[in-house]
Amino acid sequence: MKARDLTDLALRNLREAILRNALTTLGVAVGVASLVAMLSLGVGLQQLASKRLSQSGLFDTIFVTPKNSFRGMGRPQPRETDSEKPPRQLDEDARKELEKLPNVIEVYPQIRFFTEVRFNNKPYATVVAGMPDSSRNSGAFDGMQGNFFSSTSANEAILQIEFAKDLSDKPPSLVGQELTLRYAERQAIPTAGSGDSSTAPGDLGNGFSVVPKELKLKIIGIVETEPAAGYGGYGNARLLIPLQTATTLRAAQVNDLRDIVRGETSNKITFSSLSVRVKSPTQVESLEASIKNLGFNAFSLLDASKSLRTFFSVFDLLLGIFGSLALAVATLGIVNTLVMAILERRREIGVLKALGAADSDVQQLFFVEAGVMGFLGGISGVTLGWILGRAISFGTNLYLKRQSLDPIELSSVPWWLVLLALFFAVLVSLSAGLYPASRAAKLNPVDALRYE
Amino acid sequence: MAEPQPAVQLDRVSRHYLMGETSVRAVDEVSLTVGRGEFLALLGSSGSGKSTLLNLMAGLDRPTAGSILVNGSNLASLSSLDLARYRRNTVGMIFQSFNLLPRMTLEENIELPLRLAEVDRSDRSSRVREALERVRLTHRIGHRPAELSGGEQQRVAIARALVNRPKLLLADEPTGNLDSSTGETILGLLRDLQSQLGMTIVMVTHERALAERFADRLASMGDGRLLGTSPAMKVTGE
Repeated sequence: MKARDLTDLALRNLREAILRNALTTLGVAVGVASLVAMLSLGVGLQQLASKRLSQSGLFDTIFVTPKNSFRGMGRPQPRETDSEKPPRQLDEDARKELEKLPNVIEVYPQIRFFTEVRFNNKPYATVVAGMPDSSRNSGAFDGMQGNFFSSTSANEAILQIEFAKDLSDKPPSLVGQELTLRYAERQAIPTAGSGDSSTAPGDLGNGFSVVPKELKLKIIGIVETEPAAGYGGYGNARLLIPLQTATTLRAAQVNDLRDIVRGETSNKITFSSLSVRVKSPTQVESLEASIKNLGFNAFSLLDASKSLRTFFSVFDLLLGIFGSLALAVATLGIVNTLVMAILERRREIGVLKALGAADSDVQQLFFVEAGVMGFLGGISGVTLGWILGRAISFGTNLYLKRQSLDPIELSSVPWWLVLLALFFAVLVSLSAGLYPASRAAKLNPVDALRYE
Repeated sequence: MAEPQPAVQLDRVSRHYLMGETSVRAVDEVSLTVGRGEFLALLGSSGSGKSTLLNLMAGLDRPTAGSILVNGSNLASLSSLDLARYRRNTVGMIFQSFNLLPRMTLEENIELPLRLAEVDRSDRSSRVREALERVRLTHRIGHRPAELSGGEQQRVAIARALVNRPKLLLADEPTGNLDSSTGETILGLLRDLQSQLGMTIVMVTHERALAERFADRLASMGDGRLLGTSPAMKVTGE
């Protein structure tokens, strides 16, 4: 039989037992809907997590540290495989060299130091971080209160909301006020004493002295995200100042002390770490390798995101399995409906065969009926699943609003999920139709015609 | 002059069933020849094996032994797909209970064999009308079977059997569900088709009187065996 005639007959048969077939199709729809709703939540959560992480500007950044840095400072330490390269200082020369590597946008030092801030004559301890001008466009400062730094060397500060809450009950009122940053400036000691090897206590030899200093900063903004989050080993920075400003402070940092302990001090300024921003996250991996070849430690959050992706794959799989349970039940519904239809249409099958229908014609007829139920169920299921996802999103946002939190996009139905669900629905329905179709095809026409 | 090739030639055809341990010989070594354009009536009481024999000729069932030659090909050795083609193109069949599909209109019922034979859509409508004209029911084309009398339904079934222009028409008790005068009309129609289209007709019936009037030859069966054949008396009753 031609495809069009086959479809005509199948649709006519489906219409004839409209209630039963509609209920079966609804079963498929509910199954697909639960699958789509579950997966859309998985996809939505994944997108939410990736968005938050990429807003932190860490996915296109490689963190470079000297090879001889301390281990166990709370930072993940990559395994050293290329031991033939000698360890190198992370100084200005190194910075320039890294800048010349292909696909590098910029290389800037990570300046972070733990210090004291005075506000309204009260002391507060926090971590200060220098922010490069490029972070303006990273998305991390989207939706901030106030403004970004007016210039790269302005004496201005942006507060992370948690720190702002420490300073005042009404964080927005802080914008425009002034705070005092107290820090330890590193001053080089011009020349070492005579060749006297027995050094007096406090004398650091060819080292530097530390002088307390103060700087007044104007608060110009409050940000809710964590633009300088996570990596660095010194905790999350809550007070952000322009990178240029931070550099000129020459504040003593952790690596200075480390160098003294190791007796590696020189008058050259070294960095505890450099951030290398790459044009695209896809180039991070190869660049990471070439930085390691230069004799530095390199680490990117791509490694961390890999495990995140693994987590979401497993999460999606679990959601998919739970969602599929309903679809499995719906499959039984299709088998049941079609087996019932064989009983009911036994005589009709006999007539079709007497009129010249081949076994394959009868088989295809039942197959198409199963496929049509699957397709229609798939379409309504995707719609239903989308509505369900929206409803869950809506409910969640209502709850978040009550907790005075920002709304989030919890569920997401990308086009591939729609196609996948439709394909899956038809595939499952066709396999459900396999048994009934072959049973109908094998029906003996003489027995079928005798059936009352 | 050589004898023309017969329409149907049965040679020692048997059909046995297993019912539990015992074997039932529904048709037992029947040899029979039906000539081209002949109207043969198969007579016998119920259980005599006449319907089983008809199903074998229709290609709905396969013989346990023997050969059934229709237009030179042996049905016993055809594949199931070829048997389906044979049913589609070479034979038309009508039944005691008409076997029209109740949810389809007359037009759709008659169109069904054309769909199965993959006849072009553009030709179908004219072929359906032609078949309905032969049974004089063109005016009921959009009706459903339940809206028709028994005689009319059997005429629709005949139209459906004719629509693929078969050479052989097989009728299984076509008057069994009809009153006697309607039955006569139906058999008159069959005989008209035989003479107008030169069709070969094999009809199973247990009404000897009707068979005598309309068929050319009678074949009697009992206990699965062919008891004998005789020419019909052609008593017109006028």
